[in-house]
Amino acid sequence: MHHNGVEDEEKWLAAGITGLQQNAFFMHRALDSNNLKDALKYSAQMLSELRTSRLSPQKYYELYMRAFDELRKLEIFFKEETKRGCSIVELYELVQHAGNILPRLYLLCTVGSVYIKSKEAPAKDILKDLVEMCRGIQHPLRGLFLRSYLSQVSRDKLPDLGSEYEGDAETVSDAVEFVLQNFTEMNKLWVRMQHQGPAREKEKREKERSELRDLVGKNLHVLSQIEGVDLDMYRETVLTRVLEQVVNCKDEIAQCYLMDCIIQVFPDEYHLQTLETLLGAFPQLQPSVDIKTVLSRLMDRLSNYAASSAEVLPEFFQVEAFVKLSNAIGKVIEAQDDMPVIGVVTLYSSLLTFTLQVHPDRLDFVDQILGACVTKLSGKGKLEDSKSRKQVVALLSAPLQKYNDIDIALKLSNYPHVMEYLDNGTKKEMASVIIQSIMKNKTLISNSEKVEALFELIKGLIKDLEGNLQSELDEEDFHEEQNSVARLIQMLHNDDPEEMLKIICTVKKHILAGGPKRLPFTVPPLIFNALKLIRRLQNRDENVAEEDTPATPKKIFQILNQIIEALSSVPVPEVAMRLYLQCAEAADDSDLEPVAYEFFTQAYLLYEEEISDSKAQVTAIHLIIGTLQRMHVFGVENRDTLTHKATGYSAKLLKKPDQCRAVYACSHLFWVDDQDSIKDGERVLLCLKRALRIANAAQQMANATRGSGGSVTLFIEILNKYLYFFEKGVTQITVASVQSLIELITNEMQGENATPDPTADAFFASTLRFIQFQKDKGGAVGEKYEAIKV
Amino acid sequence: MVLVLALGDLHIPHRAPDLPTKFKSMLVPGKIQHIICTGNLCIKEVHDYLKTICPDLHITRGEYDEETRYPETKTLTIGQFKLGICHGHQVIPWGDLDSLAMLQRQLDVDILVTGHTHQFTAYKHEAGVVINPGSATGAYSSITYDVNPSFVLMDIDGLRVVVYVYELIDGEVKVDKIDFKKTTASANSAH
Repeated sequence: MHHNGVEDEEKWLAAGITGLQQNAFFMHRALDSNNLKDALKYSAQMLSELRTSRLSPQKYYELYMRAFDELRKLEIFFKEETKRGCSIVELYELVQHAGNILPRLYLLCTVGSVYIKSKEAPAKDILKDLVEMCRGIQHPLRGLFLRSYLSQVSRDKLPDLGSEYEGDAETVSDAVEFVLQNFTEMNKLWVRMQHQGPAREKEKREKERSELRDLVGKNLHVLSQIEGVDLDMYRETVLTRVLEQVVNCKDEIAQCYLMDCIIQVFPDEYHLQTLETLLGAFPQLQPSVDIKTVLSRLMDRLSNYAASSAEVLPEFFQVEAFVKLSNAIGKVIEAQDDMPVIGVVTLYSSLLTFTLQVHPDRLDFVDQILGACVTKLSGKGKLEDSKSRKQVVALLSAPLQKYNDIDIALKLSNYPHVMEYLDNGTKKEMASVIIQSIMKNKTLISNSEKVEALFELIKGLIKDLEGNLQSELDEEDFHEEQNSVARLIQMLHNDDPEEMLKIICTVKKHILAGGPKRLPFTVPPLIFNALKLIRRLQNRDENVAEEDTPATPKKIFQILNQIIEALSSVPVPEVAMRLYLQCAEAADDSDLEPVAYEFFTQAYLLYEEEISDSKAQVTAIHLIIGTLQRMHVFGVENRDTLTHKATGYSAKLLKKPDQCRAVYACSHLFWVDDQDSIKDGERVLLCLKRALRIANAAQQMANATRGSGGSVTLFIEILNKYLYFFEKGVTQITVASVQSLIELITNEMQGENATPDPTADAFFASTLRFIQFQKDKGGAVGEKYEAIKV
Repeated sequence: MVLVLALGDLHIPHRAPDLPTKFKSMLVPGKIQHIICTGNLCIKEVHDYLKTICPDLHITRGEYDEETRYPETKTLTIGQFKLGICHGHQVIPWGDLDSLAMLQRQLDVDILVTGHTHQFTAYKHEAGVVINPGSATGAYSSITYDVNPSFVLMDIDGLRVVVYVYELIDGEVKVDKIDFKKTTASANSAH
């Protein structure tokens, strides 16, 4: 049936156009020959095509436009007729003899246009007559187009302020009255369409209504263009009457469209000044009207208005815009009990944007909005749909973006409460947003209360939340997430040591609850923060620190110990060992021998018991030796114990070359330049000899397994160490020992079993060059090296 | 004229949140031909960021690096210069010039770039140069107090290298430069 309907419509439209064109043709002939009678006859026939009931609005519009064009020509003709002596009054009378009412009224409006232009009668009288005559057409579609025609031809003839049609007796009020009346009647016709026809075609009707809505809305546009409509007139007359019609028509489609129209068409200053009236209409609208969208758009417009210039802001304060909007929203939400969550959040979002724009300094307003949101969300449990979640994230992100200062968000007491309604996934998303905001603005968070509040907000990242299935995230995302927390920890700082310690303790409390997966990421940054604090305390005058101040290096080291110990639950022994060594060095700087010794003990324990991978052991032993070499706080006994163990570890590494290198590295433990008590040449030599033995053993093993000599590189390295200590003046390193080592290497390299090794060759060559270089220096150095023959 | 960026010891995120903003705005992609990094980035994000500045990235392993497969040492040739990279925690005593000189001899390089101490240094000795670009983020170091963020840019031109060091001191970037000249061109044979 429908398919046939469309085809038929096409046919009818075609027929209508044909009929129109035919009559137009004859009308033109009549116009050309100044035949008024025929002109009227054929134009009436032409306009009869518009009497059809068969066309949908789109098609009717096509027909209407053609008629419109033809009527323009007719209007010109009428004008010329009056010049030729025809009385406009008579003409006005004459056209009313047309047989059918619709053509009659189109012609009347056309003549009326000329009549007004002639100024033979006041514009207001003619307009009034026309607008009332149009009541003769009660068919919605035809009536709407007819009145639309009236609006179009009268547009430039209204008695507006400063127009040629203004007079003593006629004023802007009359213009306004005319347009209001036309609007009212058009709206009534439009609403009537809703109830025409069978119920099953409701959807079709509503679609058609939608196509016609701009015809009705145009009137509001015209009103907004009338110069003489100032704020007072708008407030007293225009808005009141329009709202009256909107409310009384009780039609959902009309109300929604027209409220929005009012908001879009009239200036924002007017809205501000009539805010109460405007908002007062909302509760009176049909319950099914999508008020939240309209209200949101109003607030968005006002936000943009506020953003346009600082000069308009006082207006907002003066009319107490925030209070009015906030109340209105409250009322709407209360009235629409079943409003979906997304609606509530959208409304508050728009209000928040508005508030951030107009009252950025009123954190109490911002907090109030969040509080109202919380109240409305309570009892609904966690948000289910992604749109609502997105909207809440947008709501919470707005203050962050506006203020660029996390401190302010932390001051909003309701902020964390809103977050409670997010599911765990979205909570984490929001936490990331917060961290990114902090990192971007490089704001430092400066006291423990703020840190506490912040970590509460981001707790989704810090620990597992209830109901959270572990590892929803893939590993890479999890790493990124935790690394962002680590970076955040770097942003917590206060110059006052007491406060900084409080901050550290607060962070410690939170991260220790994070579980083994998170600790490797969160513990190191906290440790280093604490080490930085300790260094600051060292610079402080010793006498200033009192007995009972909590922030002393000793106390902080205790805390550090506890934190690093937590890593054993993961476990990550290599990281923990590094951190212990770092603490040992810091304790050394603070002259705390027992503390430093304790850290070394812990590090050694981890090495012995937990670090078994050979590569990891090599690195670990170098870190141990390197750290120990720098320590100056140890007494002889302690140092000896630690050194002895270190050399023991070195000799027990898995691979011989690694053993060799670690052992000769240990030689430095016995000779420290800036500590005269550590200059034991005897033990230096012992280490180097031991390294040599290991190198020899490695060489023999290579011979046995491969049948050819292994690399001489180790020997060359040891030679370089001999030279190092030789130059330092270690008496036990004699010229003879250096010389024999050089010979050994030379022999090995030239021997039968030697494998070609360009790297070793180059190394040896540059070592020999070095010796020559030192000789050439002359003076004391040159003398020393003189005896060595290369 | 070849520009080589040398930097290291960023320790992101363990000891520093990010590179200083002023450094980041200077490190524009496309201007640098090679990057030499002494290690301790420590995370993949930093690696990826450095790659955007220049795809030819050479890194050695620092003891806190997340990626354990970076090499302990690396050598490369740029123009007439042989460069060697090593983080430096392997060379004991840490920061000791003579011990580093031994490594330089072992790697047989003209320029040794090394880190670990977070202290910018540039030493010339016998036939070579040892450069430490410091810590690009000014990260905490147990060895050096009051670390200023720093990095090095080497301009290699024929037998000459100009070493520019950029240091962030009290919020301002200060530049210094040191000239080095090789006496002879690199030979291909061992001598």
